[in-house]
Amino acid sequence: MSDHHPTGITRWLYTTNHKDIGSMYLWFSFIMFLIGGAMAMVIRAELYQPGLQFVQPEFFNQMTTMHGLIMVFGAVMPSMVGLANWLIPMMIGAPDMALPRMNNWSFWILPFAFTLLLSSFLMEGGAPNFGWTFYAPLSTTYGPPSTDFFILGVHMMGISSIMGAINVIVTVFNMRAPGMTLMKMPLFVWTWLITAFLLIMVMPVLAGTVTMMLTDRHFGTSFFDAAGGGDPVMFQHIFWFFGHPEVYIMILPAFGVVSEIIPAFSRKKLFGYSSMVYATASIALLSFIVWAHHMFAVGMPVAGELFFMIATMLIAVPTGVKVFNWVATMWQGSLTFETPMLFSIAFVILFTIGGFSGVMLAMAPVDFQYHDTYFVVAHFHYVLFPGAIFGTTAAVYYWLPKWTGKMYNETSGKIHFWLSMIFVNLTFFPMHFSGLAGMPRRIPDYNMMFADFNMWASIGAFGLGLTQVYFLVTIIMAIRGGKKADEKQWDGATGLEWDALPSPAPYHTFSTPPKVD
Amino acid sequence: MSTETEEKYESYYVPEQSPWPIVGAVALFFIAYGGANFIQQSTDTVDTGDASWGGLVFMAALAVMIYMVFRWWGDVIKESMDGLYSAQMDRSFKQGMLWFISSEVMFFAAFFGALLYVRQFVIPWLGGEGNNMMTHAIIWPEFAPQWPLTTTPDGTTTTGMGAWGLPAINTAILLTSSWTLTIAHHALKANNRQALLNYTSLTALLGIIFLALQVMEYHHAYTEMGLTLGSGIYGSTFFMLTGFHGFHVTLGTIFLIVLSIRCAKGHFTEKHHFAYEAGAWYWHFVDVVWLFLFIFVYLM
Repeated sequence: MSDHHPTGITRWLYTTNHKDIGSMYLWFSFIMFLIGGAMAMVIRAELYQPGLQFVQPEFFNQMTTMHGLIMVFGAVMPSMVGLANWLIPMMIGAPDMALPRMNNWSFWILPFAFTLLLSSFLMEGGAPNFGWTFYAPLSTTYGPPSTDFFILGVHMMGISSIMGAINVIVTVFNMRAPGMTLMKMPLFVWTWLITAFLLIMVMPVLAGTVTMMLTDRHFGTSFFDAAGGGDPVMFQHIFWFFGHPEVYIMILPAFGVVSEIIPAFSRKKLFGYSSMVYATASIALLSFIVWAHHMFAVGMPVAGELFFMIATMLIAVPTGVKVFNWVATMWQGSLTFETPMLFSIAFVILFTIGGFSGVMLAMAPVDFQYHDTYFVVAHFHYVLFPGAIFGTTAAVYYWLPKWTGKMYNETSGKIHFWLSMIFVNLTFFPMHFSGLAGMPRRIPDYNMMFADFNMWASIGAFGLGLTQVYFLVTIIMAIRGGKKADEKQWDGATGLEWDALPSPAPYHTFSTPPKVD
Repeated sequence: MSTETEEKYESYYVPEQSPWPIVGAVALFFIAYGGANFIQQSTDTVDTGDASWGGLVFMAALAVMIYMVFRWWGDVIKESMDGLYSAQMDRSFKQGMLWFISSEVMFFAAFFGALLYVRQFVIPWLGGEGNNMMTHAIIWPEFAPQWPLTTTPDGTTTTGMGAWGLPAINTAILLTSSWTLTIAHHALKANNRQALLNYTSLTALLGIIFLALQVMEYHHAYTEMGLTLGSGIYGSTFFMLTGFHGFHVTLGTIFLIVLSIRCAKGHFTEKHHFAYEAGAWYWHFVDVVWLFLFIFVYLM
């Protein structure tokens, strides 16, 4: 097939091309990342010193809420779907995603969903202010009027995610080139297959949760109201049944990314491929039976606390397998440290720190102390920023030559990495200490004793914010004027996208499937 | 070997550009925007001032959405009739439908989960079980744990819906409809057009009867039994579970009516009838959900 592609605005509006849709997902997620990041800047500016400086507590609550919602649903998740769109068809030798028109719909729902969500800032009573976890009764009895728009926005995001996930699963199961058996697939495809399964299982539960909220708010139901025989704690159970798999939805594709990149720059095969697949599947299955570790302090029967504590700690086993395999892949390899590799190594180290603090939080007795403190904030930012976002960043540097045919400037990339590395730790490491000392999260003011830690975190956050602008400039300069990339830009890279396709990859690839031995 | 590969894979149809997804996204946006506004106005729970545009926007956007679905699926039907779809494409559709139904199962699972959690934990705890004795004694000492919860902690009263009236009849109707649909499906595979059309239409008719009886049941509940959405957690779970099921029966019935029309037009062949199978799967899914409803909402 020729490389002809449509032009103008309708190229993007009407597209059925997985590469166009992947690009739109990636750019959309980056815009959301900047918006959510701007909110983080407001939060850190307010927390720079004790006392109230810049914003009122009501607005501070809206900032923490919207920062979380936008980063989770607008930045991290779409960035992973963008990678899936670009890479899965090329990696398995498919002509496109299995259901291309639905793919377009999945994407285009998102900008509208976030317009709906962001418009709530302009409504009377302001934007949602109950935390991204929107616990009842804060979100039911006490939620602002914009809560209803938030609910329908969440429905839209859910519809988008479910359709995206269906597309990924069907593509992987039905579109692989002849000879591409399941256990030959690149690990990125495996992790996304499992992620898509999680999405299909839990996004509808989220839809159910917000539907119950809506009817509790307006139609007199009592799901989360004890006076009518319901229970606000039940909200937390249903929410976290979605919420815990959701955190693996955000991290598993990043696992897949570093499992591609580390072997490439170690010039070795991935150590323990099949154990990686089984470990990923185990993590996904365990994610369904650990949700209540988010609720240890809510007052559960002891049997429940014990069960969820032990089940949660079990997750450390498959996760340990993965970390071991990444390290073993590097062991005695011919390592070089280009930007994608630097981000991937930082991923392994810093994600492991986040994993360790996760094991600490998994222990019910000590969680009574840590619950809702900055220790939790430190924990999940360590798995999300140097975890999911470093993973995506590594992927962008690694595959940019394949996507655009242009190389980024290696020095710029390395500067970006070191800025990220320094500032991410400066931002989030002090939060461990302030959290252990008892500083509660989601509060705009704090005791004098936390002042130093917060000042450092704020300085780190401003640096981290500026670093993202630097990232944007680096990428745009690469796309505009980067050196021409080779077909196989990385000598250690493997996979169909490097071995069978030129750089940039043509608009239509694998209209005839390649042969995989 | 290579020719087999080409036959199997080369014909995978990647559609050209389509305007319908973006139309659908815009429509969905206004359905959400108008819907939220309409809910706020019509339930008087939020003061929206003079804004009375919500319902109109919602209806208009819904109309656009329905039009979009007609045109999009019209394109799909046309491409299918033109022979553009390979066996592999057919598998994509089938797998897509199965995963979609899986997601629907999980949506119902959220509500079933709520029902079971309430019955298993919340009601006994409100009655003082476990370590909740003081909660019971201090806040609602009068509360008596029971199911159906006919008196809520704050004193709202209602009556429980029995299983052996309309619900049992509806169970029989849905089970029969699954049976008639299976006959129709077999007729399709045997290329028996008349039986196919008759039994598909009969299934759709049974769906309509089911819905009519459910409307009667709701009317009875609201007017004579004092059982409403607002009568505590029993009413909440009862109406949300049966209501969402009823909504899915409505969609399934529309699906079956469209299939009947397409059967009459001769769209399906004994080998090539993905839409029919999708409709049948959807109907069986709705049927199975009802069986769980009958057991957990009505019987137990």
